[in-house]
Amino acid sequence: MALTLEEVRHIAELARLHLYPEEEQRYREQLSAILDYATRLRAVDTSAVPPTASVLPLHAPLRPDTPRAGVARTVILSNAADTSEGMFRIPPIFET
Amino acid sequence: MSDLTDLSLLEAARALGRGETSSVELTRACLDRIASIDRRLHAFLCLTPELALEQAQAADARRRSAGRESSNSLSPLLGIPVAIKDVLCLQGVPTTCGSRILEGFRPPYTATSVQRLIEAGAVILGKTNTDEFAMGSSTENSAYGVTHNPWEESRVPGGSSGGSAAATAAHLCFAALGTDTGGSVRQPAAFCGVTGLKTSYGRVSRYGLIAYGSSLDTVGGLARSAADLLPLFQAIAGHDPLDSTSMPAPLAPIHLDDADLQGVRIGVPAEYFLEGMQPEVEAGVRLAVDLLSSLGAQVSEIHLPHTDLALPVYYLIAPAEASANLARYDGIRFGPRLPSADLLEGYLATRGGLFGSEVKRRIMLGTYALSAGYYDAYYGQAQKVRTLIKQDFDEAFRQVDLIACPVAPTTAFGIGAHGDDPLAMYLEDVFTLPANLAGIPGIAFPVGFDSARLPVGMQLMAPHMHEADLLRAVHVYQRETAWHLAVPAL
Repeated sequence: MALTLEEVRHIAELARLHLYPEEEQRYREQLSAILDYATRLRAVDTSAVPPTASVLPLHAPLRPDTPRAGVARTVILSNAADTSEGMFRIPPIFET
Repeated sequence: MSDLTDLSLLEAARALGRGETSSVELTRACLDRIASIDRRLHAFLCLTPELALEQAQAADARRRSAGRESSNSLSPLLGIPVAIKDVLCLQGVPTTCGSRILEGFRPPYTATSVQRLIEAGAVILGKTNTDEFAMGSSTENSAYGVTHNPWEESRVPGGSSGGSAAATAAHLCFAALGTDTGGSVRQPAAFCGVTGLKTSYGRVSRYGLIAYGSSLDTVGGLARSAADLLPLFQAIAGHDPLDSTSMPAPLAPIHLDDADLQGVRIGVPAEYFLEGMQPEVEAGVRLAVDLLSSLGAQVSEIHLPHTDLALPVYYLIAPAEASANLARYDGIRFGPRLPSADLLEGYLATRGGLFGSEVKRRIMLGTYALSAGYYDAYYGQAQKVRTLIKQDFDEAFRQVDLIACPVAPTTAFGIGAHGDDPLAMYLEDVFTLPANLAGIPGIAFPVGFDSARLPVGMQLMAPHMHEADLLRAVHVYQRETAWHLAVPAL
């Protein structure tokens, strides 16, 4: 299961990770080896086996929708790299 | 008393109850020992001495006002200094997950498990080192430097809760919180010669635990014995409306004094003794099983036939969940942001530059396993094989009450021993991952030393929500042995 450099670049783009060329090469080798190891799962017949997403008995508990105090906006914003007028400030999305 | 930090948690609690010492004295003793030793170990990422002394004074005041009559109703944790793994939020105190991407982050709220310790009266000394986002088996993946094993400083303490394990073993604290997604409480406990409990999935709230693999993450504890772990477990266990995966079942009272092994059925899985594992680890575990047998347990060999598939299943499911959970680190809402001309470049630069190599590796692996065209072959198939692994345990626990096996194939390995070979590092988790995939509890405890004088650990596993059986069995073992009392020379 050898990944190509193009595939590694595509995954990195999906994951929003900038990689240096030497990282692309290293991850290509390492991820290929790990995926190779994982191919042993294909030999298992799971045609009659349901998937496990959670080990708990399925339940979606409900609670009364009562208002309660949240965390103050200033506290939340205090962790941000950049804020303006009580909001998160981000780099430009569109050309101006 | 020569040194207050040499007391066990329960001895310290009794000394507090008799008025022989105070929480402030215990806290100062721990802070002094940290100041003199932790430069060498690097178990702590952040100390909270002012908060700790404030909590200690409050604990002393609470004990005084409770008076002698009602002192029995106080938690043994009242006034006891503990440490917290730095993946659990403590309001206003830097919480990094061992990552540069959370440098400077101060959580706006406190994790339920930490809050419950505080409410029981525990004193928080600080936050302990961890592999970045709990991804690793050695703490070498921490962006803030490796933690050293107190038994031999050239060795790793295990991971990812390596800081908590090293701090507990070195008597820098009386107990510590850790987290276990694939072995991260049990393996460092074994490497450092302490007792570490991985709780059942759903037993302890994950609210305020910074997420790695959400279907696998559990909060647990490390202490010097099962008896010391009990009050910690009792404090943190139980339903939390803030975590929809926390089980509503209340915790039944647990008593250790009357614990015995008469008639307890212990299964030893043949698949957990691999060729190539360190012979002293196998010998130590087999000897401990013999002792459990001589104490009344009925020991038999069992089979968990899908054990060899746990590793590939885990290393698809955990990275897949991680890739989703770590998508939130965008440089906008918390943590630093690297300069960029536009938003997309900002994501790429910040995430590419501030995540460490193991975290990026797992994000990439998980992204691939979830991507169009590969989902069914990798993630979907892994979820199905996970069912088979869980069914192995369901079947085994129809025959036995507990499962006994090694924690890891070797004792603590050298810092740098696995170099840049991720698969070799992943193999360290081969005996601990299955419990996370099945959601069951496990406990690691010391059963001897190898020829290099490094602790050998053993693991017991029990059915879902049966932590009490683990604590009782280990307590019986620790009543008869002294391995858990050994202290590293520092």
